Amino acid sequence: MSINKVVKVALIGNPNTGKTSLFNQLTGLKQKVGNYPGITVEKKQGICKLNETVKAEVTDLPGTYSINPTSMDETLVLDTLLNEKNETFPDVIVVVVDIENIKRNLLLFTQIKDLKIPTILVINMVDQMERKGIKINVPLLEAQLKTKIVLASARKRIGIEEIKLAILNYKNLDITPISNISERIDKEYFTKLKSAFKEFPLYKSWLLITQKKEFDFLTEKEQKLVLKFREDLDCIKRYQHKETILRYQIINEILKESFIVDTTKATDLRGVLDRILTHKVFGYVIFALILLFIFQGIFDWASYPMDIIDGAFASLSSWVKTVMPPGTFTNLIAEGIIPGIGGVVIFIPQIAILFTFISILEETGYMSRVVFLMDKIMRKFGMSGKSVIPLISGTACAIPAIMASRNISSWKERLITILVVPFTTCSARLPVYAILIALIIPNKPVLGILNLQGLTMMALYLLGFTAAILSSILLHKVLKINNKSLFVIEMPNYKIPSIKNIVYEVIEKTKAFVFGAGKIILALSIVLWFLASNGPASFKNAEQTVSEKTENKDLSKEELQKKIASYKLENSYIGYMGKTIEPVIKPMGYDWKIGIALISSFAAREVFVGALATIYNVDSDGEDVGTIKQRMAAEINPDTGEKRFNFPTGVSLLLFYAFAMQCIGTLAIVKRETNSWKWPMLQLVGMGILAYISAVVAFNIFS
Amino acid sequence: MFKTIANLQIGEKAFIEKLCLDNIPLKLLEMGCLPGIEVQLIQKAPMQDPLYIKVNGSHLAIRKETAEKITIVNY
Repeated sequence: MSINKVVKVALIGNPNTGKTSLFNQLTGLKQKVGNYPGITVEKKQGICKLNETVKAEVTDLPGTYSINPTSMDETLVLDTLLNEKNETFPDVIVVVVDIENIKRNLLLFTQIKDLKIPTILVINMVDQMERKGIKINVPLLEAQLKTKIVLASARKRIGIEEIKLAILNYKNLDITPISNISERIDKEYFTKLKSAFKEFPLYKSWLLITQKKEFDFLTEKEQKLVLKFREDLDCIKRYQHKETILRYQIINEILKESFIVDTTKATDLRGVLDRILTHKVFGYVIFALILLFIFQGIFDWASYPMDIIDGAFASLSSWVKTVMPPGTFTNLIAEGIIPGIGGVVIFIPQIAILFTFISILEETGYMSRVVFLMDKIMRKFGMSGKSVIPLISGTACAIPAIMASRNISSWKERLITILVVPFTTCSARLPVYAILIALIIPNKPVLGILNLQGLTMMALYLLGFTAAILSSILLHKVLKINNKSLFVIEMPNYKIPSIKNIVYEVIEKTKAFVFGAGKIILALSIVLWFLASNGPASFKNAEQTVSEKTENKDLSKEELQKKIASYKLENSYIGYMGKTIEPVIKPMGYDWKIGIALISSFAAREVFVGALATIYNVDSDGEDVGTIKQRMAAEINPDTGEKRFNFPTGVSLLLFYAFAMQCIGTLAIVKRETNSWKWPMLQLVGMGILAYISAVVAFNIFS
Repeated sequence: MFKTIANLQIGEKAFIEKLCLDNIPLKLLEMGCLPGIEVQLIQKAPMQDPLYIKVNGSHLAIRKETAEKITIVNY
């Protein structure tokens, strides 16, 4: 036997069965998230050591109620299990079921069992057994289900070693199907099906013909056969219904003998909580308070670590400059790469805090109640109750928010959600808003406790949400998409959240942001640095030109350096770009310098502040808003003799940043999630037009 | 006049009579909404939609339009 043998394990189960807890227990932090080739769903994998020589590669498949998929996430389970050549095709499947809802959970088990892949059944949350008055006859159930059963409690680490042992001995598992569906539905039909695909297990052939999608791993001949069987759609539909009813019958027969519940022991904590949390008044009040609390976390608590990160990267840049020999390479590191990485890291606190809250709400079971409360309201806007989660997440970053829309099964509702999420005020807009508000809004108290600047910030948040809602209404009216999909959500029992699960979830989401969006932001920071630090001949002769011009003036060395830097920027490639677009942005009240900042922040909005810092040649530790602010406040518009950043220009900029789609990362993720350039382009153009028009109108009204 | 899940009062129980199979997606069956099974309306969302039901040991929320397609018989 070879050393380091790897057993491929797939974890499958209904949502809310503690499958992820089990995955975390089995693999610890040895997890990685990758992408499945060609599709966008994340692949969560981890390594689990079974004994000295054998390891298991565990894949955590998305939670699903059935092998017949209704959403993008669920399709993955089917794809993994049907294609033997797939690199994640499992040697053994571990089906996780929740002891409280074993009947419905076993439906998925019986489907998977019929695929003739070795399968282990893990009955989870057995620590609740006594309290719920449940008794299981394990040997009998094992015999009936023809499988190995492990009673476990992933949260309390009960049964984990037993599961590992069962995985290790997977070759001894019985692979006979348990539900002889063909006999009981239509023997003749299924005999025909069986002889058509002789090499496949019958249930696999049945799944191949019942799905609407194409399976590219089939041979041409097999594909033709599949299409032929699919012609009789009514028959397939009828038999699928029959199959499900039959499976429930079989499960009922089995459970009658081996699974006993004493219902008198059930408590009604759930009922009490449900009545409060979904109450027509208290339900919304509680939800609003929770939202307020989350926003408080994102803005207030996150600002402390963000200031520290900001300062740390600024000092790192200056340190690099003092330690390394001056030159292009040092500049690349100090002015391109370090601020680029800093621009990504700075968002980690907000994203981590937001996802901590969201995963707590999901773990406790509260999120389903929010979906229930909000569904009818959201439907008026063409979305689903499930859209609430992406819209909240969007206040941190649109990228994970858009990924969170995958569980919306209706394509139209999902698409609208994806399209409007970028309107919500993400954390990248905050530094832009902060500096502009500081410039144009006086820091005056309102009604004693509130503050005018704070109120403006809040108004901008509301503006973002309003824009999202209004555009969703428009999209709902305009998009002609047949919306025949079912909304069914499970209302899980309330649970105390597991800290381990939350920590892992937050780490995973943050990693996804850092490596997804981060790469793009970093790459563009480097490109921008290059464009700003190179230019045609006039750029190269900057020092000479400036020295000649200022010969008569008595300038200190420092001031001369600043003049040179400023001249260089004006004559750099990006300076030329800024000047080129000046006629276009003039109606909004901007000059070429703001134009540079606009171009720079196309990649990511927060670059605006950094770009302005460079433009107004603040010292290299120029992340200090105070200094940039003073420079900006002193800037004069030569045409009018007024301040450049006066009230009209400021409002115009605020509106532009509130509406414009200035985020390459979001565009890339929308392309990936919708599998088309059409939708990200619609966002780019539509939001761009809205931003431009509202900025022009605002500028002209206030001027 | 057919009675459907949408006609139930909060707390009221009934049996699912038959599903209009053509209209009801497979998923609902798979979630446990089967003919002859007891269903109870637990709660209605503030605008009377969606409905929160208990069926076959599962607690589910379904939209009113779906509930209207599931006919029931009283005890």
